Amino acid sequence: MGDRMYIIIVGAGKVGWNLARELLEKEHEVTVIENNRNRYLTVEQELEHVVQYGDASELWVLERAGIQRADLVIAVTGDDEDNMLICQVAREKYMCERIIARVNNPRNREYFELLGIKPWVSATDLILRLIEHEVPEYGLVHLLDFPEERLEIIEMLLEDNSKVAGRRVGDLQMPEGSLLISVLREGRGFVPGPETVLEAGDEVLAVLDPGSEEDLKEFFAPDGANGAAGRRGS
Amino acid sequence: MFVLVIGAGRVGSSTARALLQDGHEVSCLDEDPESHARLEVELDGSWEDNGGHFTVGTALEIDALTEAGVERADVFIAATDGDNTNIIISQIAKRRFNVPTVIARVLDPYRAEWYQKQGLHTICPTKVAIEMLTLDVRQAAEKADGNGASPQKAAEPAE
Repeated sequence: MGDRMYIIIVGAGKVGWNLARELLEKEHEVTVIENNRNRYLTVEQELEHVVQYGDASELWVLERAGIQRADLVIAVTGDDEDNMLICQVAREKYMCERIIARVNNPRNREYFELLGIKPWVSATDLILRLIEHEVPEYGLVHLLDFPEERLEIIEMLLEDNSKVAGRRVGDLQMPEGSLLISVLREGRGFVPGPETVLEAGDEVLAVLDPGSEEDLKEFFAPDGANGAAGRRGS
Repeated sequence: MFVLVIGAGRVGSSTARALLQDGHEVSCLDEDPESHARLEVELDGSWEDNGGHFTVGTALEIDALTEAGVERADVFIAATDGDNTNIIISQIAKRRFNVPTVIARVLDPYRAEWYQKQGLHTICPTKVAIEMLTLDVRQAAEKADGNGASPQKAAEPAE
């Protein structure tokens, strides 16, 4: 992983504990802060001095853990307000540039955004994405979002009677704000040229401006149908 | 004014009741339906008959906040038992719902002080308690000094 970092993990639940273990293996310096005494004692048996007991939303606890020199603060407690506050304080009071916050309730995502706390990670969202990926009926899979750059990458399966099957890429009038970047066919991926002819069963990757998902879905959809499901991608 | 109080614990409920009796329109939000009873202590008739509103829900739920009237609130008071909850929902009330006056009850003096500096209006009862306790003891000490008797300090060196 390159340079050795000093990483503070708040919350020694399953996520925090395993993260600590992995990061220590990668030879980073790690401190875990846990505010449940019993949990702390359990985790301390393995991680020893790496874990500290205390409520990380108390500033002195963060300072005792050395937040002033932390390269990265990861807040993975089971409480969204705690995660938000810890990340906000880490960045705005202690000038820690890199933070990662866990979102427990996906409905709280917009609050993380509102308070400028990012990146955030939500297990529920990740699993939803996986379901979308595993269940092609949904039509469109979000692969990557770059909210900052206002771009996203999506994947779509061309169905048997897709309007674009059998057509040359060079002849396609892609919807505005979208670009075809890759075709996956029979387990192989390649970058299409103008002469590439799309086939039913191809999976196509496209980069697009957020908001043009529906146009793109309609563009690749089977003739006469409005996509397999009228569901939005995100 | 329309005042929205989040958390009907001892502080929230008494504040809500006092403001209602001052003639303001008061709405209270708490996740515990039983907390409604606390609003009616020493009140003639029910909370609702006196013009109060009560919503059951957690402070981070948009639906609950909306039902409680956050969109037309002139004053937002965050008085749940969680400092972090109070700090976060106050910022949401300010930034998302543009409530003109937002006050957060924060028990931890350090967090209260830092967020106050960031422009969030915080009230810290702990700090007030610390100041009062210290002041009382200092006054007692001065009184003892004034009587010419500070026997322990003077007579007993360190053990």
